[in-house]
Amino acid sequence: MIKIRNLTKSFNGRKILDGLNLDIEQSKITVIIGRSGEGKSVLIKHIIGLLKPDSGTIKLDGVDIASLKERELNEIRKRFGMLFQSGALFDSMNVAENVGFVLKEHTGLQDADIEKIVREKLVRVGLKGVELMATDELSGGMKKRVGLARAIVMDPEIVLFDEPTTGLDPIMSDSIADLVLDTQKALNTTYVLITHDIPFTYKIADKIAMLHEGRIIASGTVEEMKNSTDPVVRQFLEGRAEGPIKVY
Amino acid sequence: MFKDTLERLGLYAQKSINSIGLMMMMLANAAMLCFTPPVKVRNMFKQMEFVGIQSLFVVVLTGAFTGMVLALQGYNALKRFGAESMVGPTVALSMARELGPVLTGLMVTGRAGSAMATELGTMRVTEQIDALSTMGINPVKYLVVPRIVAGILMFPLLTVITDFVGVIGGYLVGVKLLGINSGVYIGRTVDFVTIDDIAMGLYKSLVFGLIMTLVACYNGFYTTGGAEGVGRAATTSVVTASVMILISDYLLSSILG
Repeated sequence: MIKIRNLTKSFNGRKILDGLNLDIEQSKITVIIGRSGEGKSVLIKHIIGLLKPDSGTIKLDGVDIASLKERELNEIRKRFGMLFQSGALFDSMNVAENVGFVLKEHTGLQDADIEKIVREKLVRVGLKGVELMATDELSGGMKKRVGLARAIVMDPEIVLFDEPTTGLDPIMSDSIADLVLDTQKALNTTYVLITHDIPFTYKIADKIAMLHEGRIIASGTVEEMKNSTDPVVRQFLEGRAEGPIKVY
Repeated sequence: MFKDTLERLGLYAQKSINSIGLMMMMLANAAMLCFTPPVKVRNMFKQMEFVGIQSLFVVVLTGAFTGMVLALQGYNALKRFGAESMVGPTVALSMARELGPVLTGLMVTGRAGSAMATELGTMRVTEQIDALSTMGINPVKYLVVPRIVAGILMFPLLTVITDFVGVIGGYLVGVKLLGINSGVYIGRTVDFVTIDDIAMGLYKSLVFGLIMTLVACYNGFYTTGGAEGVGRAATTSVVTASVMILISDYLLSSILG
């Protein structure tokens, strides 16, 4: 569905992505893992066109996202939903307004219909009676749930997740993993997640891809990655300080 | 030492040119998007309320005390030449041509400009602006256009209010406190102040509205560096916009006569 080829990106002379190749399959959960600062967020921002690569292509059903103009990008972005690390909820709006915002902007739906869809999506992510709450009244986990409800409100084909469990306790992380599995199964959507949370990854991934030094150095199913003999992959998955990855 | 200074100057110049370029691109983009449907009328009214209605108290206070002090100082100076009757036109002309638009510009920049930069800066560092983009919503159209339109429309209206309140303040001090004849005060003011004087102030305020909102939106929109960056964006906006208002005031006064 999404084919990324030879993607390179540098910031201030420092190469973050260095000829990255990755295939993302339709209706599957692809998890991209890697150390902090390896360029996972940069990669995901390229997929949705927030960043332009220095070279390389990101093809969605044959259309190169990297070469699209702003107006065409805005059209293609309607096929995406995105959950940000911090939730990125609009703090000038309450929960219902946040979730229903994109419907109001892009559809001609009546307010009553929008309210109904918003309620449905909030129930889908396990939230009830929070419609009128301000975003600063929400806990970290609730923010992620509201962010997910907002990301799936237009029933997108692809949902991108930027570190969905960062800042959450292990129990809440596990409940977010259940939520990811439930919603993906129910909506049959393509999910792309970036994380360095290994238990979370093992629980949800159909495919794992490891980003290291600007490239995908290994990819496969959970079992394939667990059985990998690559010392870099092994060190990361086992969470060891000693190994080929140097800790600075 | 000399090489270091030169290098720093070069970097500063490069950064400044880059900023001006980005700001002009933002303005051109906003001007184009302003007329592209759908027009965000609700957002515009919200911003007009923020820039205009919520600044009323501060501009009324500024206008009143400026008019009052102008009358007081004008009276002290003009009395020496036996020209107390000219206090009214002095106050009205000063307010209409210079002090009305400039003080309104500076006061509203302090109040609304810093808040605008802070709001957009916070939206940038908390990824809310990126979130808008991922939803297929142009953030310049959604966030910047309504603010610039509000600035251009509201600054002249606020200036009219400042001018009016300033003239009333001057009248109260001149007539009620200092004993100038009311008929003479009003008559002289009407004789000397023309519609061109008022129009000049309004043209200026229109430009000041554009400067303030553009500078605040630019600094907020391109904020980097977390909470510290947001604070820096607010301070930079107020300082840059205030200095630009004062410089453009001189230039506009020269051009408009």
